[in-house]
Amino acid sequence: MENFTPFSALAGGALIGISSAMLLFFNGRIAGISGIMNGVFYAPKNDKVWRLLFLAGLVIGGLFLGAFAPGFNTPRQGYPIVLLGIGGFLVGFGTRMANGCVSGHGVCGIARLSIRSIAATLTFIASGMLTVYVIRHLLELTA
Amino acid sequence: MKTHLIALLSGILFGAGLALAHMIDPNKVLNFLDVTGHWDPSLLFVMIGALSVAMIAFRFILKRPAPLLSTSFHLPQKTSIDPKLIAGAAIFGIGWGMSGYCPGPSVTGLSLFSSESVIMILTIYLGFFACHRLLDRP
Repeated sequence: MENFTPFSALAGGALIGISSAMLLFFNGRIAGISGIMNGVFYAPKNDKVWRLLFLAGLVIGGLFLGAFAPGFNTPRQGYPIVLLGIGGFLVGFGTRMANGCVSGHGVCGIARLSIRSIAATLTFIASGMLTVYVIRHLLELTA
Repeated sequence: MKTHLIALLSGILFGAGLALAHMIDPNKVLNFLDVTGHWDPSLLFVMIGALSVAMIAFRFILKRPAPLLSTSFHLPQKTSIDPKLIAGAAIFGIGWGMSGYCPGPSVTGLSLFSSESVIMILTIYLGFFACHRLLDRP
């Protein structure tokens, strides 16, 4: 196993859970990032500002962590840009088509015991695993 | 106004959580998906951490008639599994496995001044636009 970090993973996950609970408890909203991002363009006009603030918060939260623990995360260098660009497009297309991503389906949906979200989460994890197998082990495009 | 503050604070907690869990390191995400190679189960532990809080909290929250600062809960209405859901999730998984990014870390990755984040955000939006164009009913 490679660099397994169970404690920071559990603690970080708990923060994500608290964040999702807070948004639902106060605002009645699901913390699904792809839906929040999409709404910046596609939601009604009076439904956009909170989305931009949440997305700004995502960056500020990362900056806070980085300020407390410099070098805790470092940007990846030299990854094939084609994989990134096509990958990003498919992430956008697929999350819109499925109405959710890891946060919306994988956390908020499963927490509500939604059958749709459980099915979606199992599907994207399986297809992600298959894709990494093809890229890393069949085609050997990346290490 | 208060709901805006909550949205900002909630985003900050979420972003700090992603960074603390190293989920803004795309190689760590790819290693989770790499079951036959350098498997790193950390992402599974992130979900366990998030779900153990959210499952308990949501149970209590959704018993209330309404959220504290708004008139109603905005919850997805669909309940059945349909081909669009499964096809979309499968396509998303391919993109996730190619890049190592899902939407949250793409945004929080900006805190590392990573050019990968910029590419991801732009192409994710291209994917949104393409999906609306192709699949939205006129």
